[in-house]
Amino acid sequence: MSKIEEIKPLRIDPKFRYEIARMPDGKNILQCFQCGTCTSDCPVARFNEKYRPRNIIRMAQLGLREKVLSSDFLWLCASCFTCTDRCPQGVEVASVIRALKNLAAIEGRIPQIFRAQLGNLLKTGYICEIPETRIRKRDSIGLPPLPKGNAEGIYRSLRDLRIMKVIGVAKA
Amino acid sequence: MSLNKYIIFLGCMIPYRALSYEVSARKVLQRLGVELVEMPEFNCCGLPLEPLSHEIMLILSARNLAIAEREGLNILTLCPGCAGTLKKTSRELKEDRVLRDMVNKHLSESGLKFSGSINVKHISQVLLEDVGLDRIKKTIVKPLKELVVAEHSGCHLSRPRKHIEFEDPENPKALKMLIEVTGAKCVEYIGETECCGATIAGIDDKVALSLVREKLNHIRDSGASMLITVCPSCHFMYDSNQIRVERMFGETYGIPVLHYTQLLGLAMGINVNDLGFDELRVSPAKVLDKIK
Ligand code: SF4
Ligand code: SF4
Repeated sequence: MSKIEEIKPLRIDPKFRYEIARMPDGKNILQCFQCGTCTSDCPVARFNEKYRPRNIIRMAQLGLREKVLSSDFLWLCASCFTCTDRCPQGVEVASVIRALKNLAAIEGRIPQIFRAQLGNLLKTGYICEIPETRIRKRDSIGLPPLPKGNAEGIYRSLRDLRIMKVIGVAKA
Repeated sequence: MSLNKYIIFLGCMIPYRALSYEVSARKVLQRLGVELVEMPEFNCCGLPLEPLSHEIMLILSARNLAIAEREGLNILTLCPGCAGTLKKTSRELKEDRVLRDMVNKHLSESGLKFSGSINVKHISQVLLEDVGLDRIKKTIVKPLKELVVAEHSGCHLSRPRKHIEFEDPENPKALKMLIEVTGAKCVEYIGETECCGATIAGIDDKVALSLVREKLNHIRDSGASMLITVCPSCHFMYDSNQIRVERMFGETYGIPVLHYTQLLGLAMGINVNDLGFDELRVSPAKVLDKIK
């Protein structure tokens, strides 16, 4: 006899779309009428069948907060802004997706690469470690020395942001 | 403000892996009489960290804008991503006083203040708008009539339209005009405005490299013998990753990828050895032989 599976309804947060609409460039999310232009013109969607910007917008509109914010595909957006420029409803799709990533990040869902980049930034001002060989090469081909980052100044400017506490870099 | 003197904003990617772009850009700007001043202090423009926090991006950008303001100079960048990000921040902060006050509060912690008194331009915008095609034309001593090239302007030179206000993203012309002034012929091809995938290279390599493959296939079919870029990240995807893509998908390309400033440098008669050609991964010998 087959077991009857328990139905687990998705949690819905009816205020979620207003939360996004208040974020920078997020306000037009309410205007999306699901035409699909964003997905059909998205370069990432062409090569990844899970990535569908239209679906992301719809899920956000419906208030499927947890489902959207926990999804890996959120981080696949290449920020090429094709969707933003072509949406007939003026939805700044790439910025809405960025807003969703920011919300996921504040909840501690942060891909490793961003932690590494932020770590480098706080040390040197650059998000990547510039290899010694590159620095020597600069010198040998007559390029001026690299401008230095002011680690202390950068830290001071960022330390009060909530995200810094989430990542655990802000000193108490 | 002077149209012949800028503070140069290198960003992270140029010193990390595009010295060939920097060295050739400095050489051609010098020939054109454009003076560059170094940033006295620097941090990343913030674009790579925007997925993490829009506020981090704003603050990092605003720090750089404030530093350039102190020097009283407009910013010139070689990376369209840096230019777009600094422009966007400048615009957002100028339009929104509450946001500006918030950001300035963070900046004041290290003695900086954004007031919005300077402009930011990518080198291609400086070349077209401030230097002008006529002045560039006068420096061309060796027109590259033998060369047929394809261009890739990259997303951030024109998109999103509302922040960049420079190019038509659906029909970019700036780089084409800049190429044609060197005497080279610039062909059209399918998918010219498609993204290079650099921003997701660390997150989904397969998608990123598929995008590179698609682009290189179109260029191979277009009859162009090389590709010209104006972005360190696009260049990295098409040049350094070209061999990876060939291996991964069993393709053969051998398409040299030049920074625009290298092409312009050749047309100005600058010595090849001074234009960073030795840094390119795909051998540019094919190109150099043609113009001997
Ligand atoms: S293009 Fe705009 S209106 Fe159409 S589905 Fe995408 S976000 Fe919605
Ligand atoms: S910005 Fe993101 S969602 Fe929009 S088209 Fe580009 S990759 Fe797709």
